[in-house]
Amino acid sequence: MIVLGIESSCDETAAAVVADGSLRSNIITPQPDHTAYGGVVPEVASRLHELHIIPVVEQALAAAGTSIHDLTGIAATYGPGLAGALIVGLNFAKGLAQSLSLPFIGIDHMEGHLWANFLQDPPTADSYPYLCLLASGGHTHLWRVDGVGQYTLLGRSLDDAAGEAFDKGARLLGLGYPGGPAIEAVAEKGDPQSVDFPRPMKGSPKCDFSFSGLKTALYHHLRDLSESQQLKRQRHIAAAYQEAIVDSLLDRLQQGVRLTGLSRVCVAGGVSANARLRNRLDDWAASENLSISYPPLEFCTDNAAMIAMAGYVRLQAGDRSSLDLEVKPNLSLADHSRPSQTSQGHAQG
Amino acid sequence: MSPTIIIGWRGARTYSPEETRLAGVEFAGHLKPGNIVGLHGELGSGKTTFVQGMAKGLGLDDQVTSPTFALVHEHGQPPGLYHIDCYRETSLERWRQLGLAEYFSSEAISVVEWAENIAPLLPEKTIHLTFSHGLGRNERTIEVRP
Repeated sequence: MIVLGIESSCDETAAAVVADGSLRSNIITPQPDHTAYGGVVPEVASRLHELHIIPVVEQALAAAGTSIHDLTGIAATYGPGLAGALIVGLNFAKGLAQSLSLPFIGIDHMEGHLWANFLQDPPTADSYPYLCLLASGGHTHLWRVDGVGQYTLLGRSLDDAAGEAFDKGARLLGLGYPGGPAIEAVAEKGDPQSVDFPRPMKGSPKCDFSFSGLKTALYHHLRDLSESQQLKRQRHIAAAYQEAIVDSLLDRLQQGVRLTGLSRVCVAGGVSANARLRNRLDDWAASENLSISYPPLEFCTDNAAMIAMAGYVRLQAGDRSSLDLEVKPNLSLADHSRPSQTSQGHAQG
Repeated sequence: MSPTIIIGWRGARTYSPEETRLAGVEFAGHLKPGNIVGLHGELGSGKTTFVQGMAKGLGLDDQVTSPTFALVHEHGQPPGLYHIDCYRETSLERWRQLGLAEYFSSEAISVVEWAENIAPLLPEKTIHLTFSHGLGRNERTIEVRP
């Protein structure tokens, strides 16, 4: 089975091809720098992504060494995301499926993230169940994955995402963008115990996250210092702030393991690149005898490879979407997936 | 006619996130379909917390989180609240392409965090609220901009 996946839920227009469970191509086109058009955007690009969808699909097919007529299935993100962005990729995919008489499946963007784990090594019967911590600029979610279409949301951020906490913290500290690498670099020579920042949600019986109060604590800590003190202590403050984020993520993940008894953990999302987080997680996993994996970063940011992969496994399982499927900007995977028997105590749908 | 008169809400001083949420609930009670609200204020000044209250006040039981990276979160079915965030994306052209005008011309309430970043795109009827940190750790002042 050869599946074309299309993703256009936010900033990126992306297309990828998965053939027989392995990734053949993965193309992402960033949105154009408007200066390239002399500051004038062509009339045709009345919507984000419209300019790129066809070239991106053509590139994905060419890079996979396949043609449109070799495809045996089409997948596209239908939510969550921006209505005006989703509609471009979804309508293109539906039109293509209709004209080629191919099976079509709409994919929840979040489900795609859960399948990014298997882009390098396709899943086997032993792959499930596992816990997936997804920590990026836009999401901080803890999922239990029991198989295709069987996902249970154990916890999520109630306010800001972990990556957002890094970015906004970096701005408060006068560091660069993106904030994660900027804070990590400065924090390397700092003392993580120098400031006692709060660990919101720590010890809570649920697995939810919260980072908004931490950002506010940083604001107040900096406000009480003079500008020269802020500069002098920057590396210590950055280290302590980073430690609070890392501690919170680790604590919630530990709670997830306690609640589920699972021993396989996957950590995805841009925040998983943070070296301090990886050290702490690796130490914990080693001491608790857990297996921990980190999908490559290129599969953690928004991409179509994960959509093609999720589409592949869903189409293989016999799932299909109607060509009447519409975009669902506020789609929630927790609402439409089948929770596992063990985690919910009732038979799966 | 100033927005203060239109909405009849005088602003608030709050001393906890819960109080900021309550202020949002109260404020939402003054809104009419299609109202557009611009929020201004520093990082951590309570904007998203206030919107959590607004959603509750509008009868939406969705979980409201920061849309900084997603740019727009829709709440309700059909949407009753568009929660828009202009912190990360400041290009007016990109916002036009995203269909900002479509959000603004709907019956739903639109609330825009970091509204100053897209000031030229905001309709004149926009209600502007300014958030500021007070002297105390949890103190916030929310004012209706005249």
